[in-house]
Amino acid sequence: MLKYVIKRVLMVIPVMIGVSIIVFALMRVFSPDPAPIVLGQHATIETIEAWRDANGLNDPVVTQYFKYLTGAFKGDLGTSYYTKTPVTEEIFARFPATIELAIAAIVFASIVGILLGVVAAVKKNSIFDAAGSLFALVGVSIPIFWLGILLIMFFSGYLHLLPSGGRIDVLLKPAEVTGFYMIDALLEGNWEAFGNALQHIILPALALGMYSMAIITRMTRSSMLETLGQDYIRTARAKGISEGKVIGKHALRPSLIPVTTVIGLQFGSLLGGALLTESVFSWPGIGKFTVDCILKSDFPVVQGIVLLVAVIFATINLVADLAYATLDPRIKYSSKKER
Amino acid sequence: MTTSDTTTTSECPIILDVKGLSTDFVMKRGTVQAVRDVSFSVHAGEVLAIVGESGSGKSVASLSILQLLQPPGRVVAGEVRYRGQDLLLLSKREMRDVRGNKISMIFQEPMTSLNPVFTIEDQLTESIRTHMKLDKKAATERAIEMLRLVGIPSPEQRIKEYPHQMSGGMRQRVMTAMALSCDPDLLIADEPTTALDVTIQAQILALLADLREKIGMAVILITHDLGVVAESADRVVVMYCGQVVEEATAQALFERPLHPYTLGLLESIPGMEDTEDDGQLYMIPGMVPNPLNLPKGCAFAPRCSWAIDRCASDMPPLVELEDGRKLRCFVDVTAVEPAAPACAPAESAPAGPTPAGPSPAGPASGEVRA
Repeated sequence: MLKYVIKRVLMVIPVMIGVSIIVFALMRVFSPDPAPIVLGQHATIETIEAWRDANGLNDPVVTQYFKYLTGAFKGDLGTSYYTKTPVTEEIFARFPATIELAIAAIVFASIVGILLGVVAAVKKNSIFDAAGSLFALVGVSIPIFWLGILLIMFFSGYLHLLPSGGRIDVLLKPAEVTGFYMIDALLEGNWEAFGNALQHIILPALALGMYSMAIITRMTRSSMLETLGQDYIRTARAKGISEGKVIGKHALRPSLIPVTTVIGLQFGSLLGGALLTESVFSWPGIGKFTVDCILKSDFPVVQGIVLLVAVIFATINLVADLAYATLDPRIKYSSKKER
Repeated sequence: MTTSDTTTTSECPIILDVKGLSTDFVMKRGTVQAVRDVSFSVHAGEVLAIVGESGSGKSVASLSILQLLQPPGRVVAGEVRYRGQDLLLLSKREMRDVRGNKISMIFQEPMTSLNPVFTIEDQLTESIRTHMKLDKKAATERAIEMLRLVGIPSPEQRIKEYPHQMSGGMRQRVMTAMALSCDPDLLIADEPTTALDVTIQAQILALLADLREKIGMAVILITHDLGVVAESADRVVVMYCGQVVEEATAQALFERPLHPYTLGLLESIPGMEDTEDDGQLYMIPGMVPNPLNLPKGCAFAPRCSWAIDRCASDMPPLVELEDGRKLRCFVDVTAVEPAAPACAPAESAPAGPTPAGPSPAGPASGEVRA
């Protein structure tokens, strides 16, 4: 098991090098020269050249890349052209907001999705099944930004139940320890701030999680239907245990194996930054920041974010694979190929 | 568990009495009457074999007893009296108290009948804890004891394993242990050895025989393998197209089969010497009829070498003969020479079966049972 994890972690390194080469090349080929954007329209040729020299942009691209790579291995991803702050700081200032939202969204999507999927499968061809399928279809089809606006209009504008945007009321903001406001609020013992942060996250989490919820519902339904037809479900019923146990234990657990993959992949893509949701709900996360930096040709920041997202994806994949082993005892990880 | 103890078991009280059981599968293309007016009873401690081809309704009948049928299958008529109580009238909750406790079941496919994601311990203790109200530790001890009883070596270790770590024979032993763990009155074994290779089959059958003696439960053994029947059963019910066509003690059935279908089944058994002259194995001619469109009269008539005109139009009733035998046939096969399928002369008055072996030589006298 440990061997397997180490192997998988080591495999991430070549992936990262590949990703860094691609993003490095793309930024230099397709993005405009950052110097005039940074220095403004009145900059002279001399100041521009001086700025390019200072930032190493006049070196051959290969040299630039290796400088970047050696820096990256030491944990130095460069500094932003605009704010002059290290890229890592820029990212980590915004990343907790994105993670917090992604977790809230995937928790909502998983709980509701699995529940709807199970009900749809157990009550196959009933009104519940039809309603679940319709809900799932709406979930995958509805554009997030439009759903976001509808949610704001209804819950915030019409019912005045929930705030329309932001992470927390400024006055309630807890001292930053982890960057996750809900956790920080709990650490302070500040229930008011926790409740406020919770209220703020509900609508964006709903909007962001809707698509994943729909996918999870469909996956759970089909997986559950397959399991319910298995011989071991009949065995479980023949034992005389309650139908709740037959469904909730004997059928659900094997059905969750493929669902776990889907949840993992969905979570990975949510972490990559929810650009639309973050924009609609003015959520200060990494999604909106990425686009700003691409538009401003802020090379180091964009490269840093892309690398980070790649690492996250690799990690989530590994975690999902390891989760199989706990759900499905037939899978045992080892460095040898047994299966 | 041989045919010699038949007289003692038939004197024991009846524990399961199935009367007029009918099960339908209502589908878009039509209704399949998988089980049609089936009646049989099981005495305490005996082994009753239900024999028939695939699709004869034997598995559906057994699933109907425990109400384990999934839609579109539905019991439409009949009674299933277990110790006087009609199981079909019980609530779901009361029925759960019977399943796995008073009446338990083992299935055909040991490879797929255990849940792959739970340990043997988890799956075994579940019914023990549900029915015997034991705590976790006591249930585990009981489970280990059951595994030892069914002949699994070092059960303390193996109980922690998952089904995929065991062979098919081992899994069927686990299934057996699971079924026996709450000391059932009646075990329904639905083709328990079909998926296993021959040596393991013999082991499982010997195990069932041994356990039946130790625990004293009755067994309904569902099978299409007459060899298994000869080896294990006290009484035999032969089913065809959802109906009981013959019922007899195992000894009587093998010595003197009375239904043409039973005869065909017996002749289809591959043996050392009894292949036909051309070295080919005997086959019952024709096919099992489409269950959506059963013949009007006797379902076996189109394939029957003894069939008379009446067989195609009227359904023969299940008639009780001497010494508790039952038969659903108009023709006395012990007295009549087989003709070509679907047509035979019908002349004289009814007569009881004459003590003669199967397929007697001699002229076709056309003796017919009413």
